Amino acid sequence: MEATVVKTGTEGKTWGGGNRPLRASYGKLMMWFFIVSDALTFSGFLASYGFSRFKFIDAWPIADEVFTHFPFLHGVEAPMYYVALMTFILIFSSVTMVLAVDAGHKMQKNKVILYMFLTILGGIAFVGSQAWEWATFIKGDYGAVETKGGRILQFLNTEGERVAIADFATNIPGARESHAESNGVWYKQEATQTTYTFEEVKAGFLANDEILIRTQYLNEAGEPTVLSREESINKLTNDGALVVEGANLRHNEYGHPLFADFFFFITGFHGFHVFSGVIINIIIFFNVILGTYERRGSYEMVEKVGLYWHFVDLVWVFVFTFFYLV
Amino acid sequence: MAHEHKLAIFKGSLKFKSNIQKIWGVFILLSIVTVVEVALGIVKPEFLTGTKFLAMKLLNWIFIILTLVKAYYITWDFMHMRDEKSSLRRAVIWTAVFLICYLVLILLIEGDYIYEVYRNNYIKFNF
Repeated sequence: MEATVVKTGTEGKTWGGGNRPLRASYGKLMMWFFIVSDALTFSGFLASYGFSRFKFIDAWPIADEVFTHFPFLHGVEAPMYYVALMTFILIFSSVTMVLAVDAGHKMQKNKVILYMFLTILGGIAFVGSQAWEWATFIKGDYGAVETKGGRILQFLNTEGERVAIADFATNIPGARESHAESNGVWYKQEATQTTYTFEEVKAGFLANDEILIRTQYLNEAGEPTVLSREESINKLTNDGALVVEGANLRHNEYGHPLFADFFFFITGFHGFHVFSGVIINIIIFFNVILGTYERRGSYEMVEKVGLYWHFVDLVWVFVFTFFYLV
Repeated sequence: MAHEHKLAIFKGSLKFKSNIQKIWGVFILLSIVTVVEVALGIVKPEFLTGTKFLAMKLLNWIFIILTLVKAYYITWDFMHMRDEKSSLRRAVIWTAVFLICYLVLILLIEGDYIYEVYRNNYIKFNF
């Protein structure tokens, strides 16, 4: 037996293993490694957002003109308030998480259960808020016209207020019919049509002298340029191509399509992190209820999932700044 | 696991009696910073948007600095970085900060260059 047992002769020495130079357990250390790599992923996204923004710096949408809605407040201009509320929900769920970790250190099972539960509620509230934000963004407010070059033209009245295309577009009967199965032998489903065609918007615009066009180009004051009536007519008749309502990955009535792409991608990826954080929290929550960590004698698992949850909060702080504030 | 918490923030000028108190203290601090950010974002004071420092509006500098302040307190107090050994802290923070700064610098310079090309050369986007 003696000959088959492998011993290095370093047991108990520095290189013999079993000592923890960083005074953190394997699991916690690996969670930190994961967080570093995930932080680099997110900064890759945010840096490429910055790249595209710098590339089109003179025509980038202004965030507080894009996100102006608050639930149940129709027609009230409320820039930033909703996203500030979302930030508070997430920071507060971070607080309950760190309270759960603290209760875990003291082996207070019932407090851990309560605080984990509140954290999960906060996470669900945040994901729900984000879904509402997406729905509002996709639906759009005023509608706009896209030029042949993919630039966005928005409409203003002479007082400088935004005008929705629905308010001035004339209805041209039979201007555009959606192809339906009943109309032909050959039927191929087509993409969703906008409420008004470009011809209808153009006719309404030409008939209405009060309406001006605003381009995406920012003037010296950092505000989008408003064209004179003559320039507006020229611009729309020469360059206009199609009507855009709301935003998707190809068209975006608020401005450059890349803005919508990055919005969907970055907040979507972050929302996916929150969602998976909620799932992991629920698993740990049930483990706490079942007494797994009580028997194990340590609530370190709560601390590890807490690290992930705080990281999600940390990412949101940056997304909030670079998408909504700067 | 049951290691001691460091209970002082602001370089020791604000001491808390227990870890729970410190958590609420940090929460209040983060809330104040967020409220200031949102208020500045809504009001957009003229003297902050008009003045530029290193090619960026003063207001944006304030936003970015306040964001870093929030990130510091989330990492240090919520993620317990304050209680970890300095070797772990440096392995995590320095790595991330160095790589992120490098990436951001490279991409922003490149983005600005492409903007200049579109503006001054023959390639145009405005039609």
